Amino acid sequence: MNSKSLYQEVILDHNKKPRNYGTLDKASHHAVGHNPLCGDHLDIELNLEGERIDNIAFHGESCAICKASASMMTTAVKGKARSDAETLIKEFREMATGTLNLNEDHHLGRLTVFAGVRDLPTRVKCAILPWHTLHAALNSVTTTSTEAEDDPMHAAIGDA
Amino acid sequence: MKLIDSALKPEFTSMFDVEHIRADFPILKLQVEGKPLVYLDNAASSQMPQQVIDRLVRYQTSEHANINRGVHYLSETATAEYEGSRRKLQHFINAREDREVIFTSGTTDSINLVMHGYGRKYIRAGDEIILTTLEHHSNIVPWQMLAEEKGAKIRVVPISDAGELLVDEYKKLFNARTKFVSVMHVSNALGTVNPVKEMIAFAHSRGVPVLVDGAQGAPHMAVDVQDLDCDFYAFSGHKLCGPTGIGVLYGKAELLERMQPFKGGGDMILSVTFEKTTYNSIPHKFEAGTPPIAAAIGLGAAVDYLSAIGLDTISAYELKLLNYATEQISNLPGVRIIGTAARKTAVISFVMEGVHPHDIGTLLNHEGVAVRTGHHCVQPVMLRLKVPATTRASFAFYNTMAEVDTFISGIRTVQKVFT
Repeated sequence: MNSKSLYQEVILDHNKKPRNYGTLDKASHHAVGHNPLCGDHLDIELNLEGERIDNIAFHGESCAICKASASMMTTAVKGKARSDAETLIKEFREMATGTLNLNEDHHLGRLTVFAGVRDLPTRVKCAILPWHTLHAALNSVTTTSTEAEDDPMHAAIGDA
Repeated sequence: MKLIDSALKPEFTSMFDVEHIRADFPILKLQVEGKPLVYLDNAASSQMPQQVIDRLVRYQTSEHANINRGVHYLSETATAEYEGSRRKLQHFINAREDREVIFTSGTTDSINLVMHGYGRKYIRAGDEIILTTLEHHSNIVPWQMLAEEKGAKIRVVPISDAGELLVDEYKKLFNARTKFVSVMHVSNALGTVNPVKEMIAFAHSRGVPVLVDGAQGAPHMAVDVQDLDCDFYAFSGHKLCGPTGIGVLYGKAELLERMQPFKGGGDMILSVTFEKTTYNSIPHKFEAGTPPIAAAIGLGAAVDYLSAIGLDTISAYELKLLNYATEQISNLPGVRIIGTAARKTAVISFVMEGVHPHDIGTLLNHEGVAVRTGHHCVQPVMLRLKVPATTRASFAFYNTMAEVDTFISGIRTVQKVFT
């Protein structure tokens, strides 16, 4: 894995034309995620119908890895049950930090294009931020940070 | 002979052979992602020449013991070398006396020493401290802590869009409550060289002492603390081709003597009883505990190395690198340089339309090029210039024109990936 192969077609495409980018008219849950190390921030809004994510949107200021990760995340969780989204959050985090065995069963599908980030410890948080923020929104935490000590999503860099 | 010399091209008269210099730096032979390393993150930390590495090895293999203690051979040797290094640093910045040179762990530690030693003793409620928009967080946060503790106020010198201090505005900030000025010599994020001599003279005309954060000044230009007439000058070893964990605080003896100690412990005392402790004289009053002896001696070797090349020669060569890189980067569409001061060191901060600095940094790394991306510990500068983050290339005297070309072609590659 080298740094360039992370910038694959699919990631560049989602960066250029992010899906579900913007805000929602009707949202039941909302969170803002910050990466204080680089100043990036991401707003995520979603609308839960019962236990199902009926709609989701994001916007913010971030690098290509973060924006593409957010874009692909929204397409992956839209219409899914909250519990399925939580499974994806857990698996994505494990993939990005290098603790997930991609040869075993998982639900990430095309999201595995981000697997290479595990070899770039300084970029792990860029990829994780949207998932981190989604987790916060689903749990009704309105602001979160990649550096929050008490956050269950806090990923120690270098454990890859 | 002089006539003939002056007729020679500058390249010959400068007698600066960069390939010869590069041979002294083993790390520059490294390959990164299969490409030769192009190290352009010198403002964060510089690399170490073999001469300094050898000095550290020699100390550790044949001279090490604790200093100022034993009567045995090794302790005497280590003490002599440590104090010898202090004198080298004294001459490096042209301090009057060696006791005006205090070894610290780095610039941050030096600034904190002044905040605790001078600030906490002399700054009172309602007093004002002048800083500038350009300051590194390490020259903001200690003063904020002091201001909070004492009920003092921070005043901030604004900058122009080019990243230059507005000196007239600086002068207007002074009033009867102004008690201290702390200003950086050179901006780490933009490369701006501040008119510190003029600023110091003005502050002194109002009876206000000045600390100069020289972290980015000392490595790139000859520093003469007597000529500047600064009251304090702080800098780090690891940006000067020396080791990490060592730095210097220069202070005028008269001020250092009046200050209270920062850290308490061994070496900084003359006598201790539970009733009363008598502090040692300067510089020892500020060097509690066993100092980083090896690092201090290594820093002495580093300034020997730089002095042998000559800081004026280094400045002149780095200016050529800056001019060439500025010209090359200006030709790239969609790239904007942040920080265009008339007087700069070889630092280029830039933003690229539609591409986040982190992506630029990662892709340049793929070309073997090391740059810094982010806010560079100067969030107020980023806020003022309305950029969330920048990519920064910072050059040293061991960088080459060919490396500038590699850097530029790397930026072109990034642009291709994102179109």
